[in-house]
Amino acid sequence: MVLPSLKLQDLIEQIRGAKTQAQEREVIQKECAHIRASFRDGDPLHRHRQLAKLLYVHMLGYPAHFGQMECLKLIASTRFTDKRVGYLGAMLLLDERQDAHLLITNSIKNDMSQGVPAVQGLALCTLSTMGSAEMCRDLASEVEKLLLQPSPYVRKKAVLTAVHMIRKVPELSSIFLPPCTQLLRERHHGILLGTVTLITELCERSPAALKHFRKMVPQLVQILRTLVTTGYSKEHSISGISDPFLQVQILRLLRILGRNHDESSDAMNDLLAQVATNTDTSRNAGNAVLFETVMTIMDIRSAAGLRVLAVNILGRFLLNSDKNIRYVALTSLLRLVQSDHSAVQRHRPTVVECLQEPDASLSRRALELSLALVNSSNVRAMMQELQTFLSSCPPDLRADCASGILLAAERFAPNKRWHIDTILRVLTMAGIYVRDDAVANLIQLIGGAQELHAYSVRRLYSALAEDISQQPTVQVATWCIGEYGDLLWEGSCEESEPLQVEEEEVLTLLERVLQSHLSLPATRGYALTALMKLSTRLRGDNNRIRQVVSVYGSCLDVELQQRAVEYNALFRKYDHMRAAILEKMPVVEPSGPQADEEAKESGEAVPSPSEPQASKLMDLLDLLDGSSGEAQQLPPMAPSPEDSLVHLLDLPCDPPAPAPIPNLRVFEREGLQINLSFVRPPETPSLLLITVTATNTSGGDVTHFICQAAVPKSFQLQLQPPSGDTVPAQGGLPMTQLLRILNPNKAPLRLKLRLTYTHFGQSVQEIFEVNNLPVETWQ
Amino acid sequence: MQFMLLFSRQGKLRLQKWYVPLSDKEKKKITRELVQTVLARKPKMCSFLEWRDLKIVYKRYASLYFCCAIEDQDNELITLEIIHRYVELLDKYFGSVCELDIIFNFEKAYFILDEFLLGGEVQETSKKNVLKAIEQADLLQEKTEYVSQQEVLWV
Repeated sequence: MVLPSLKLQDLIEQIRGAKTQAQEREVIQKECAHIRASFRDGDPLHRHRQLAKLLYVHMLGYPAHFGQMECLKLIASTRFTDKRVGYLGAMLLLDERQDAHLLITNSIKNDMSQGVPAVQGLALCTLSTMGSAEMCRDLASEVEKLLLQPSPYVRKKAVLTAVHMIRKVPELSSIFLPPCTQLLRERHHGILLGTVTLITELCERSPAALKHFRKMVPQLVQILRTLVTTGYSKEHSISGISDPFLQVQILRLLRILGRNHDESSDAMNDLLAQVATNTDTSRNAGNAVLFETVMTIMDIRSAAGLRVLAVNILGRFLLNSDKNIRYVALTSLLRLVQSDHSAVQRHRPTVVECLQEPDASLSRRALELSLALVNSSNVRAMMQELQTFLSSCPPDLRADCASGILLAAERFAPNKRWHIDTILRVLTMAGIYVRDDAVANLIQLIGGAQELHAYSVRRLYSALAEDISQQPTVQVATWCIGEYGDLLWEGSCEESEPLQVEEEEVLTLLERVLQSHLSLPATRGYALTALMKLSTRLRGDNNRIRQVVSVYGSCLDVELQQRAVEYNALFRKYDHMRAAILEKMPVVEPSGPQADEEAKESGEAVPSPSEPQASKLMDLLDLLDGSSGEAQQLPPMAPSPEDSLVHLLDLPCDPPAPAPIPNLRVFEREGLQINLSFVRPPETPSLLLITVTATNTSGGDVTHFICQAAVPKSFQLQLQPPSGDTVPAQGGLPMTQLLRILNPNKAPLRLKLRLTYTHFGQSVQEIFEVNNLPVETWQ
Repeated sequence: MQFMLLFSRQGKLRLQKWYVPLSDKEKKKITRELVQTVLARKPKMCSFLEWRDLKIVYKRYASLYFCCAIEDQDNELITLEIIHRYVELLDKYFGSVCELDIIFNFEKAYFILDEFLLGGEVQETSKKNVLKAIEQADLLQEKTEYVSQQEVLWV
């Protein structure tokens, strides 16, 4: 039973009338059943109506693949109505991934060769929309024939179909290149436009074609000039601009032809200048042409004056009230900022103003461009602007802004203090958005700027006292306080306001950080370690710190617990090593692997400061007879902080303590004494740690103290920087220095020391070999 | 141009023209995501956005969004003109076009588009010529229908 089927309009009305998704589905399923039935045995005259309904349903998202065969049948029909809908169906339903699509190749061929122009048009349109590579190969020659057809309607379509074919099958270029010369003489705008598009496509794919078409630059220039100078032609104009579509396409082709080619660029110079200055910019059409002109000028070998003109046009675009124009200007300027930096710099103030745009895509572009415009002369002003922007910008831009500022600061910082201030401000404003290594970078920066230690620690202390919630700032601040806490209560600093800080206050603050629920586990780690470091820097006693550390020995957080336990052990069993271990850290190499900061306490290899030492060591080693003749470089041991920590402190609560090796006094002169103490960690039998301690019981300070060591070739030696270079008089704070010696072969240890210092106004140098080294140091 | 989509403010698709080969599934995914992205834009924002590796140019006319995806080297401003020209053509053809016209006569909307763009490129820059071509095709369609209707009657 064949129910009367709905007309398309009625179906659409019914679907729209459905109140729910379920209802709609019902209507559609019912109708699809009809359509299927009709496809099977319905009236061929109405087939096109059924397909049209199916196409509507398909647009709503419902499956329609059963209509594919019907498309084929309709295309093959002789009636124009059928073909029209059939081809539309083919474009919507047929997919080049399925073999079915090849079945229309024959119909298309027939229609192209025998149909009336309207039918030829349908065939060409379909071919250029969904034609697969195979179809293109089969039908290339047919399309080529149509390029010579009398009807411009067909020819313009044939040209664009050729464009599609070349995109699918580049080898077909050889067929479609020759006709271009003739086609370029056409007057019909549609054909001309298609031809220019075709030539563009050919040139983009083949350098030979590019060379060939460069000869046509004068012709193209002429066409464009005619367009620009002829009066208002209503048919092709938009807002008084003659055929902007054609103008833009020609400009694009000129760009490709003039690129890297002086002769062609010269030939188009005047015309580009003319278009750039004479195009009316009151409406979008004119601006579209102007924009394309600017792009072409910047891409070819144009005269300097023309380039500046182009950049200035973009600058004017930035001031345009139309957002779209501003957007386009910002994107283009960004592309040009590398090649024409100074020209773009001139528009910096306008770019910075664009940061205030409410539209996020514009402000993002403005941000990128602003960051690209930062250089050493404008860095201070730009950073100011950018930081203002950072405080008020939308959240999704904050991360990029923060990292951009930090990168620019790194490249162009006028001085270290400014750099530290800037990073600090960024961390405070947008701490959660910065990259993970920002903390590490700041720490390294501060560590390296010795003259700014006091300043940094004061600023950070104040910042921390105000707000302990911004994690990156807190981490840096706690690290700083741990390292340079003594500068807080000892020295004074000219660079910042006088700050009276009590030791107890500092401890309280660190404890607050430790206990705060706002602190991340990593931050807590920083705080605990900082407290520990302060135990050697405090003037008073350590009881408070000992208490905190022992409490955290039973903390639930495994990391904190481990640290606390180790620090406890340090207090109890290894107190004599505590000072050495918790010394001020050496400068961290920026290029080295940045492992966990806290773990670097017990000492790293220091490649760069030890270079001057290395050469002197070579001298020393020459003096060692027998075993070594070669210079021994200090091995740049990759920081393996966890290792060092493990070696020194990886001790279960009750370790079987190795028998301690007796200390050795190796040197004495006029009250200056050098003692060596030895530790052989049980887990690493080849490692020997020597702590050199220098004490001064005389009445005069020992200054400029440098201690160097040398060992035989088979050993590996590392020197830590000393705790200081002054050994104060009257039994003041001793100077300590750690030596790490690796002795994998268990060879007998030999050690030579070289001391240089000034004492009682005299400079002293002593070189000697250490005798009576205990056997336990190497066996 | 890689594709053009027309959709309503509720996200209902009214026309889809694809100039690149993609599976049905991919087309649906792209449509869904893009429609969401464009509908989320505030009214005062600019007409361009970056999406995946394409540039999207969109403009709202009454209750319909016209959305084109162009490639990196294409000119955004001229794409706006393309969209506007298409709207003008629809307007001339339907006489003060509104969304309902496009819903109930979607095949006509496609036919008009196919006389303006071909393979993703502009084929005819004269409004007059495009409308003339459509007119002639419509005439041809009527003639054949009339003829076939005559045949039926006769039988």
